[in-house]
Amino acid sequence: MTRFTVSVKIVPRHGLLDPQGKAVTDALHTLGFASVRDVHVGRLLVIELEAADTAAVQARVREMCERLLANPVTEDFVIAEIAAA
Amino acid sequence: MKVGVVTFPGSNCDEDALLAVREHLQVEAVSLWHKDHDLQGVDVVILPGGFSYGDYLRSGAIARFAPIMQEIAVHAARGGPVIGICNGFQIACEAGLLPGGLLRNDHLQFRSMPVTLRVESSNTVFTRDVERGALLTMPIAHGDGRYTADATTLDRLEGEGQVIFRYVDAAGQPTPAANPNGSLRNIAGVSNATGTVVGLMPHPERALDPLLGSTDGLVLFRSLLALTKA
Repeated sequence: MTRFTVSVKIVPRHGLLDPQGKAVTDALHTLGFASVRDVHVGRLLVIELEAADTAAVQARVREMCERLLANPVTEDFVIAEIAAA
Repeated sequence: MKVGVVTFPGSNCDEDALLAVREHLQVEAVSLWHKDHDLQGVDVVILPGGFSYGDYLRSGAIARFAPIMQEIAVHAARGGPVIGICNGFQIACEAGLLPGGLLRNDHLQFRSMPVTLRVESSNTVFTRDVERGALLTMPIAHGDGRYTADATTLDRLEGEGQVIFRYVDAAGQPTPAANPNGSLRNIAGVSNATGTVVGLMPHPERALDPLLGSTDGLVLFRSLLALTKA
């Protein structure tokens, strides 16, 4: 077994109103970052776990997202980065 | 009849719910601890408001895995009545007892204020004593109350009569101005397909005493009394 560090990004489902993202967009515009078109505010989870290989990590973390980490009604998740520790 | 009120770490409306049942319904009520596996033979379960597990991850996301929730899922699957109030509604949605989910209010503010609700269905265990179309005043107090589901689910809920409460203005119209959190289609409460599980963001247990400005919450609790006659 190898120890892995995995980053999971969870973002509001595309198309759903994201008031936090809207508020940050407005604030960036106020600061003069006029080129900003959209911002989405989500969560980043960094998970350390033991697994045989990256495929096993992928499968395990996907299950974690589906069962707990992301809400299937309102959120999407991306397993962004898998690194052997 | 016996009613159980669950206490999670962070629940803060559990005592109010117990008081509502004991004082205003004159029915036995017991406290159910989140770590227990025993429903103590209750006929009705109340998932109360509060901030279970500090709203960590998402409102209600951790609470749904509490040991007592396994028993409540069995109870609900057998047709046992469950009402989720505020955080309890969020927990019920996370647990899949009710459709949809509750997101951050569209204006990002925590809103604590009275709202007007229109009863959209009497076909639930908790609304059978109130007529469809009736207007009720109850307080809300939440930051994550924006009811959300995909359009197909919303159409199905409307078609099947599972939208139970809607935010309306004084004239009973579901206007954008009457919507305190950006909920889709002004939805304040929904039920499962059989009308035995109901969830709503407003607090009926805080609308039982004239001193608090409204006694309109009473009809939800009174509707339960039919269970004792059955």
